Amino acid sequence: MTREGKYVKYVSRMMTSAVGVVFVGREEKKKKKTTSKMADAMGSKPAETHVGKEKRKSATKRYWQNTELNDPVKTEDRNHEKDSENHETSENKTERKKKRKHGPQGKKFISGKKDPFPGPAPVPEEKIRKFQRGQTSIVANDMFSDGSEILKSTLKDAEETSKLATEKAARFDLLLSEDAGFLEADEGEETCTIAQDDIADAVDITSGTKYFNLSLTQFGPYRLDYTRNGRHLLLGGRRGHVSCFDWHSKQLMCEINVMETVNDVKWLHSEAMFAVAQKKWLYIYDNTGIELHCIRRFNDVLRMQFLPYHFLLATASATGFLQYLDVSVGKQVAATCTKAGRLDVMAQNPYNAIIHLGHPTGVVTLWSPNQREPLVKMLCHRGGVRSIAVDKTGTYMVTSGLDRKLKVFDIRAFRPLQSYFLPAGASCLSLSQRGLLSACTGDIVQVYKDVWGTPVKKPYMAHRVRGAVWGAQFCPFEDVLGIGHGEGFTSMIVPGAGEPNFDGLDSNPYRSVKQRQEWEVKALLEKIQPELISLDPDQLCKVDRATWEQRHQERVKQLGYDPLAKEKFTPRHKGKGRSSSGNIEKRKRQVAHEDQRELIRQTVEEKLAKEKEIKEKEKKKAQQGQRSALDRFKK
Amino acid sequence: MAKRKAKASRVRSESSSKAAKNSTQVMTYDDGEDELLEGDDDDAVISASEEDEGGSDDERKHRKLLEAISALGGKKRRKLAERSEASVQVSEFAVSAEGAGEKISLSDLLGAMDQTPSAVKSTKKQLQNLESCKDTLELPLSRQETEKIQRKVAFEKTSKDVSQWESIVKQNQRAEQLVFPLNQEPSGPKPVEHVVVGWKPRTPLEMEVFSLLHKNMQPINDPLLTPMEEASLKAMSLEEAKIRRAELQKIRALQSYYEAKAKRERKIKSKKYHKVLKKGKRKELLKEFEEMRNKDPAAALEELKKMELARMEERMSLKHQNSGKWAKSKAIMAKYDDEARKAMQQQLEMNKELTQKLALPPESEEEQEPEETEVVPDFANDAQAAADPANPWMMGKLSAEPAEKDCGGDDKESAVENTQNEEEREPEGDEEEENEEDVLLREFDEKRKSRRPDDDALAPPFQVDKEETEGEKKEEPVCVSSEDEHEGEVVSEFKSLFQKLLANGHESTVNKGTGQDAKESDAEEPALLDEGLSRVRSLEDVDELLGQGLVREHAEDVAEVKEKIPTTAEETKNERTDKRKKKKILDLNDVLTRDAKVISVPLAPTAIGEEEGEGDQRMLVQEAFAGDDVVADFLKDKKKRVEAGKPKVVDLTLPGWGEWGGVGLKPSRYKRRRFRIKVAPPPPRKDRNLPNVIISDARESSVAMHQVSQLPFSFEKPEQFECSIRTPTGHTWNTQRTVQKLTAPKVVTQLGSIIEPITRDSLDKSKAQTRGKKAPDIVLASAGAEGQGPRKGRRKAGENNARNLRNPRRRAIKRTK
Repeated sequence: MTREGKYVKYVSRMMTSAVGVVFVGREEKKKKKTTSKMADAMGSKPAETHVGKEKRKSATKRYWQNTELNDPVKTEDRNHEKDSENHETSENKTERKKKRKHGPQGKKFISGKKDPFPGPAPVPEEKIRKFQRGQTSIVANDMFSDGSEILKSTLKDAEETSKLATEKAARFDLLLSEDAGFLEADEGEETCTIAQDDIADAVDITSGTKYFNLSLTQFGPYRLDYTRNGRHLLLGGRRGHVSCFDWHSKQLMCEINVMETVNDVKWLHSEAMFAVAQKKWLYIYDNTGIELHCIRRFNDVLRMQFLPYHFLLATASATGFLQYLDVSVGKQVAATCTKAGRLDVMAQNPYNAIIHLGHPTGVVTLWSPNQREPLVKMLCHRGGVRSIAVDKTGTYMVTSGLDRKLKVFDIRAFRPLQSYFLPAGASCLSLSQRGLLSACTGDIVQVYKDVWGTPVKKPYMAHRVRGAVWGAQFCPFEDVLGIGHGEGFTSMIVPGAGEPNFDGLDSNPYRSVKQRQEWEVKALLEKIQPELISLDPDQLCKVDRATWEQRHQERVKQLGYDPLAKEKFTPRHKGKGRSSSGNIEKRKRQVAHEDQRELIRQTVEEKLAKEKEIKEKEKKKAQQGQRSALDRFKK
Repeated sequence: MAKRKAKASRVRSESSSKAAKNSTQVMTYDDGEDELLEGDDDDAVISASEEDEGGSDDERKHRKLLEAISALGGKKRRKLAERSEASVQVSEFAVSAEGAGEKISLSDLLGAMDQTPSAVKSTKKQLQNLESCKDTLELPLSRQETEKIQRKVAFEKTSKDVSQWESIVKQNQRAEQLVFPLNQEPSGPKPVEHVVVGWKPRTPLEMEVFSLLHKNMQPINDPLLTPMEEASLKAMSLEEAKIRRAELQKIRALQSYYEAKAKRERKIKSKKYHKVLKKGKRKELLKEFEEMRNKDPAAALEELKKMELARMEERMSLKHQNSGKWAKSKAIMAKYDDEARKAMQQQLEMNKELTQKLALPPESEEEQEPEETEVVPDFANDAQAAADPANPWMMGKLSAEPAEKDCGGDDKESAVENTQNEEEREPEGDEEEENEEDVLLREFDEKRKSRRPDDDALAPPFQVDKEETEGEKKEEPVCVSSEDEHEGEVVSEFKSLFQKLLANGHESTVNKGTGQDAKESDAEEPALLDEGLSRVRSLEDVDELLGQGLVREHAEDVAEVKEKIPTTAEETKNERTDKRKKKKILDLNDVLTRDAKVISVPLAPTAIGEEEGEGDQRMLVQEAFAGDDVVADFLKDKKKRVEAGKPKVVDLTLPGWGEWGGVGLKPSRYKRRRFRIKVAPPPPRKDRNLPNVIISDARESSVAMHQVSQLPFSFEKPEQFECSIRTPTGHTWNTQRTVQKLTAPKVVTQLGSIIEPITRDSLDKSKAQTRGKKAPDIVLASAGAEGQGPRKGRRKAGENNARNLRNPRRRAIKRTK
């Protein structure tokens, strides 16, 4: 239900849609092979059965086998010829050897061609690892150690199926043929100095057209939003100008002026509808610019996020309210007062649909619609938070603050990873599908590569736009960064930004209207309920421990004993006099001793750790006590 | 009675011989011994009865006589009793009742049987057994008991019967999918082999042909060859085979000859013989080599290479060094034994020869120079730069050597010294040829000593001259200098300072040490590095702390940092990550004020200028103060949360209960302790190690509603269940095939087909299959006889059978769906 396996999704979908036929064929072939193997086994047998064992001796002795009877003269004659044939025979020999080697495994039956590479092709280990879920064997093996037969078999089956699934998925990974590449500079040149015009000139015409400027000077700085498939673009000017168009073909769908301040614009689940946060209320328009709804419950909205799998529109308002609107049924799911003042920094975690809010106190809070208080509060900056971005896998969060720092956090462990100092500070962070980060400082847009890995020193790319940047977003499945600024909109080419392989059933940039409708129905059927939003999206496939624990306790009370308690060790009966009472006692003692040792080891470790801690504390105290004023000159 | 019997027997034995005597005795002691006589009489009677059949007439006569005599005495005439009942004493005249009170034992009765043949003996034995066992017969079991036993036996029998099915039932339970009706023929085209193999002769003609074929052992499926035939056809032609065989024979013979010869030669113990042999071999080799050089220079070169390889191996193996057991023993003996000395010398020579560095064709003059000057020292064994690049060991050393060479004059000088030493040593050796052994011994010592420093030389040179270290430093200025710079950046102790600030709430502007200081102190390098890592505050932060006055400097510092960072960033990062792994508990200040990497941007922002222009200073100040406030607030908030999360102690004391109550009176301590209920501490907070994070510990009930709270059957622990549902089944995450497989129904029934109950023969079949793995899969004739068409294979068939047995009792079901 979660989007954890999103990547797999691409793969499987690709497979089913595009090249499924090929693989079906292959599997059929495999099947055939196995059956024919059996057939061969059968084929070789009949001779035996017909002839019987005694007869077989004579039967196997065919005419070429009675070489012993040949006269020696002939053999000598042949010896003369031997030298001349020598080369040939040696070659033949090697061939024969090969044949013999391949004989038993290779061709097993009489008809049909023989497969020089029998069995399925091996799948590389790292690819399999990519599709693995959870720890496989360790957990399972641990469990196999005890338990009933049925349990063992079920666990084994489950293990096998999961293995099969991963292997199949890994096998089809090769269908993701597209590969992403990055800009590479010549020696002595920096990639960040390469101008957009140069890139546009260098690339093919289609890609070249992706760099363009829209000069919209009249209606002030623009916010923008791309649809999930990256096909359509929505622009919202601060002074009321809203327009949406298919940016590939530059075909305008609608252009209106709402005659009000526009704070944010957002596409809903498809390109058919979009939401506009206007001065007072939240409005929803369709793609022809017709106002569908005016939602008065959502007032003073400053920022919006759309959770596509939940069909939720999350809004953050100037009054400090975080509200969720279920767009599939038009109901407000939750409205939470954050008590943190004006909320103008917002991001969503695409991995678990958690909303991140940034506050002027430098705190980032994580919200789900199910809890009135923030799930997590993180102090990230010493000044206010200016912008947040979360990466696709839900691993990293990038924040920028008024203290002019750009920080990278591991959002799973809530630990800081990197910290950068940007002399001019950064706003409008955006992360691309492939992990490129765009940060805007004033009128300059910088793109960074791999900010969480090795610390970067220079941006990967930089581009200057005409006015102060108001909004920036990477286009999905395209190497494009859309920038909304004071003077309009700029589409910037960023090589390596977008995911090269798209999932045709999930977000297809080339889908027709019919396909879109189909998708819409399916997506609605697969809609995830808002109750399932939590920090760990895998939580659903975990057992509710608390309840289980409680039930177990009750059961223990009822039974009078703990059925899951560790069984008392009863030595196995061994034959040949090795189960004498002395021996049994000895074995028992061994086990007991082992247990005790383990216990002792643990306690000792604990003790040592404690002692160490105490010592360190004392040391610190002593140091603090001993420090004199002159100590500062020591180092 | 027994006594008497014994007496009787005794008497009996004597009686015949002493008959006369007896009579006289009787006569004499007639009166006195009356009783005795009586007894005797008894005995006599019994004996008479016993020895009735075999008894002699004489005896009887004798007895009669005796009786007659006694009767004559008349004094004590026996009054013969009337014979009314069976008595022991049977006389011809009357029946005596004397023995009436005595029991007759069976053995008495059977006494006569003694003489009878063995046929009676068995019965006798049985009777004896019967006699010996004194138990009475048991009562027959009650009805319930018998029934119980019967039931038990019946149960055993049926359970044995049923347990036959067990394996099949288990198999069926475990089977991924069961398709009813079972044992279906797979639809679709069959491979040729199946069809051919399953063919069965039907018409008489066919039968005849078949039998004929059978007799002649011809392949039955005619157009196709048997695999064996095919293989043999492929294998080789007749002639080829013959040739090959002859070849092999010859080779084998030769080999055996050679082996025999070698064995014989090996056993020769004469040293001289071997010496001569070796010499001869060497000569031959040399000759061959010469010849080869003339004839085939390429081959000669190869040979040379081989020799070189051998030399290299030798050098590596240190075989001819004096480290072996043999060499050591010889070294000891060398003083006294001439031969040992010689042998030693020889070995040393060999060693020298083998380890001699070969002169390479000079590539350039510069390279040649050192080689000319270089004289192979005694300790040359410690692999020096090798001539052969094929040797990885040598390669490893080679890389090290140029560095030393690069070091400059120092090294050369040392080399020169070395050579000088050598030269000095050599003349010495010349002079003192007479005491060779001393030289030898000394050489050993030197070698031993020299090896050690050489080993050290492989490790970083600690004992090298100062100049040399400097030289080396020059070689790798990158790392050292960068480290220094790095220190300069981080070394300051702002962190502790800041901590104090936070804790005590008062400012102290003590600034300990500057970057420059640290830079200079080379000696404390490592320690400083460590400390620097833990204190991760940059200069700018301190400036913020120190306040407005230092803001000017801040810019400079930043600029400085900007310059430094690009070179060090990577290293610092690496170190930092290491550190992070070690350090579990994060420091809040560390988080907030970790020194940021400054990023330089090629384009200077234009818009920013105006923004910041209005109040650069003011904003900075604001930031500085805001920061402190933020941290304090956050900490306070967290503390509050933690406190709130802690369970409170429940106080149940009732004031005045059993005590005086009233204003100002406290319940006693005992009561307070007694009625205060302490709650177990809550589980540790998730954010206990993360000072900058507050994680809400409220339980999420919304998801819990949808979670599994009761484990399905057979699962015992939650982990097991979680593990089993780990893999999603939907087609969003899986390939089409996988989805089909994962979602396949457990039981499939075909529409309109009859599902027969499982039969016994299927069980037998499966048994046979499991039993005999060697049994033929397909028996042509029998397969035909069964009339089932081709079987699919052992495993599959077994499964099918197993499926058949899933529900043995089930009646035939006709599906009309």
